[in-house]
Amino acid sequence: MARDPDMQQTPPRPDATQAEPCLLRTANLTKQYGPVTVLSNVGIDIHAGEIHAIIGENGAGKSTLMRLISGYVQPSAGTIAVSGKRVAFATPHQAEEAGIVLVHQEILLAEGLTVAENLFLGRELTRNGLVDDRAMHRIAREKLDELGCHVSPRTLVRDVGLADRQLIQIGRALLDDHKLVIFDEPTAVLTGNEVERLLEIVLRLKDRNMGVLYISHRLDEVQRLADKVTVLRDGKMIGTYAGHTLSQMDMAELMVGRELSALYPPKSDAPRGEAILRVNNATVPGYANDVSFTLHRGEILGFAGMIGAGRTELFEGIVGLRPVDAHVELHGQPIAIRSPREAIDAGIGYLTEDRKGKGLLLQERLAPNLTLSALRRLNPGLWLRKRQEAVALDQAVDQYDIRVRSLRLHAGQLSGGNQQKLLLAKILLTNPSVVIIDEPTRGIDIANKAQIYTFIRKLVSEGKACVVISSEMQELIGLCDRILVMRQGRINGEIAGERMTESNIAWLATAEAGVAHATEGGRV
Amino acid sequence: MSVATTEPGRLERDRDFNFNWAAAGPFLALLVLLAIGFVINPDFLSATNLSNVITRSAFIAIIAVGATFVISSGGLDLSVGSMAAFITGITIMCMNMMVPNVGLWSIPAGMAIAVLAGIACGLVNGVIVTVGKIEPFIATLGTMGIFRALITYMSDGGTIPIDRTLREAYRPVYFGTVAGIPLPILISLAVAALGAFILYKTKYGRQCAAAGANEDVARYSGISIIRTRTIAYVIQGACVAIAAICYVPRLGAATPTTGVLWELQVITAVVIGGTALRGGKGRIWGTVAGAVILELIANLMVLSDFVSEYLVAAVQGVIIIIAMLIQRFSK
Repeated sequence: MARDPDMQQTPPRPDATQAEPCLLRTANLTKQYGPVTVLSNVGIDIHAGEIHAIIGENGAGKSTLMRLISGYVQPSAGTIAVSGKRVAFATPHQAEEAGIVLVHQEILLAEGLTVAENLFLGRELTRNGLVDDRAMHRIAREKLDELGCHVSPRTLVRDVGLADRQLIQIGRALLDDHKLVIFDEPTAVLTGNEVERLLEIVLRLKDRNMGVLYISHRLDEVQRLADKVTVLRDGKMIGTYAGHTLSQMDMAELMVGRELSALYPPKSDAPRGEAILRVNNATVPGYANDVSFTLHRGEILGFAGMIGAGRTELFEGIVGLRPVDAHVELHGQPIAIRSPREAIDAGIGYLTEDRKGKGLLLQERLAPNLTLSALRRLNPGLWLRKRQEAVALDQAVDQYDIRVRSLRLHAGQLSGGNQQKLLLAKILLTNPSVVIIDEPTRGIDIANKAQIYTFIRKLVSEGKACVVISSEMQELIGLCDRILVMRQGRINGEIAGERMTESNIAWLATAEAGVAHATEGGRV
Repeated sequence: MSVATTEPGRLERDRDFNFNWAAAGPFLALLVLLAIGFVINPDFLSATNLSNVITRSAFIAIIAVGATFVISSGGLDLSVGSMAAFITGITIMCMNMMVPNVGLWSIPAGMAIAVLAGIACGLVNGVIVTVGKIEPFIATLGTMGIFRALITYMSDGGTIPIDRTLREAYRPVYFGTVAGIPLPILISLAVAALGAFILYKTKYGRQCAAAGANEDVARYSGISIIRTRTIAYVIQGACVAIAAICYVPRLGAATPTTGVLWELQVITAVVIGGTALRGGKGRIWGTVAGAVILELIANLMVLSDFVSEYLVAAVQGVIIIIAMLIQRFSK
């Protein structure tokens, strides 16, 4: 991997004259929150008619960078220049006036208003001081047609599908003539055809000589679109590269900072053990439909799928956190789990994806957090045994390498990686035989990721069985023995071994079941 | 990440002394009040005056210990004042009914009935809030009206006096002393000590604080929110019953105005005691200090001529707002 990061100094594109200042240039852009530096010394150039992709893992600083550029937060150091003139945006509004607009990842629309009202929200057209509905509907129709969105401007947003909402949101950003459009994970909630449509829109913006800053997890999109790719890792800029020079594997390795194979522990080649958990016909109303699968001893089983595919809800159902209709067998015995308590007692541990909201009491110290799920196991009588608790914490800190200055800290004072290790220790303190981990490494740095992967592999080598739900395809491929892919609440396919590739996962996550199965032989 | 690597075993332990301003706040405020009181009127610090003040604060303190459970588990109970009146009424009626048959034994029997009634009332509140999933504010606003109406109905708008024959025997529960300390003070200390033990030393206390600090985390950790919160309301009911038992001999009667606005004083005591109104860690001893502070302020205003005692409620209102502001900005 001897790629030269100095490619930032690549000469401008042939059709751009040397004298023309670039659309947007940042120099030494830095953002600190208290003692934590989330972005340091980032310098990127974006030219008109160019698609510039920013890639990096969760927590690498991508969203901070674009929030700085679009005026949502202000830099601690460094400068931003638009068309050669230095700017300091105090608000997103100022950035928009300078021609920079951000298309948010989350859909931020008022559901109770119509499509047209949303498009013009806060900048309604008026005639003689009154709102000019007719003009707004006409322009809305034109803009939506341009985007290939065929909903009526008079429809309530509430009645519009997710993909169209995304297009409306883009339409809102493109309503005024902007010079630079920033897309934050625009395809995160879209499926196959919708993704295609979006990519075409982005390419059309480029043809109209606008600058595009494109942030995405999906490296295949980046490869197709990007003229330049900037890689961020742990808040630092790794380099800017010409898009066509990077393969998807190159990008992934640059993001991770080491050979991908070294990030994941070696997989076990032992034959898989007996079935520990059998789930038959599990239905979580509104989320998962008739899902069946078997989990074996010593196995890491991955669950892939798009956001909203129902993976989290399926397992929340299985562990008694939501109403579910399912036949579950644990160690060959049918069991009914009606509450999280029963799941814990049965030996099924569920580690939530929402570490801060549902996993840890951030204002509470480490020991009470660690023991919260295992209170009954650690304290057989009525009262607490604080000595036991202290011992458990010592062991957890040791075993899971939780790095803390003091055991008296609150959980909220730990770094994300250490919080995640504490949460893992908390679940494992209940001594489960089945461990379900939802997004095991979201928003944590690479060193902690590698450690968590090792811990998970060690769990299964000790005879437990593990389910890993993840939106990071690389993670599933690197960690799991087998991957089930869900789409719209159903299992759409299973892949293992050599067939575990990003394109197979993406295909199964987006293509309809019939199509996926019919073409599986050919494609997979 | 600039987190220093540490060696296990060398880390600070929980036992290490660490001065916690938030926890000490109410006690410091109490000391300051005592000092101010002394400056204004040296009689203020006399044993008689202080023991009178603290005795008067006992009802609020006892109920507020229960409220500390409810609030730290993430609930709220507006019905405590009406509930106290209702239980007082039931207790007196039951005692009066039993007197012809069992004589003085009707006092302990009536006390037992009071506790059972308190537990039942708390259970009703708890079940409406948890199983019925009604906002605690609304649910207990409803039961507050119900309890108040019931005592008004039971007393026919007048008073329910306790039977003459019981009056003398029951009197010491409020007016008696042990080793010179008024009984209500001892009872409230005992209730607070038991409350502190439950909240800080038992599994239930831990679950209670977890449910209040973050309901989702508690639920995902296998803690039953329904059970935990319902028990908190039951504890509240039992505390109200104990307060009612102490209250009966004070006036010797229950009236429709018994316990009016106690709920506000109780919540104020809990909040100025340092318990966060949005739930989480409860501070039992802070709550007790809060109840005493409220009564001390009222007493100070009576003893001094600066401010009219008609403004006592206004001053208490100012104090709760200041306490909330301190909580907000000390984060």
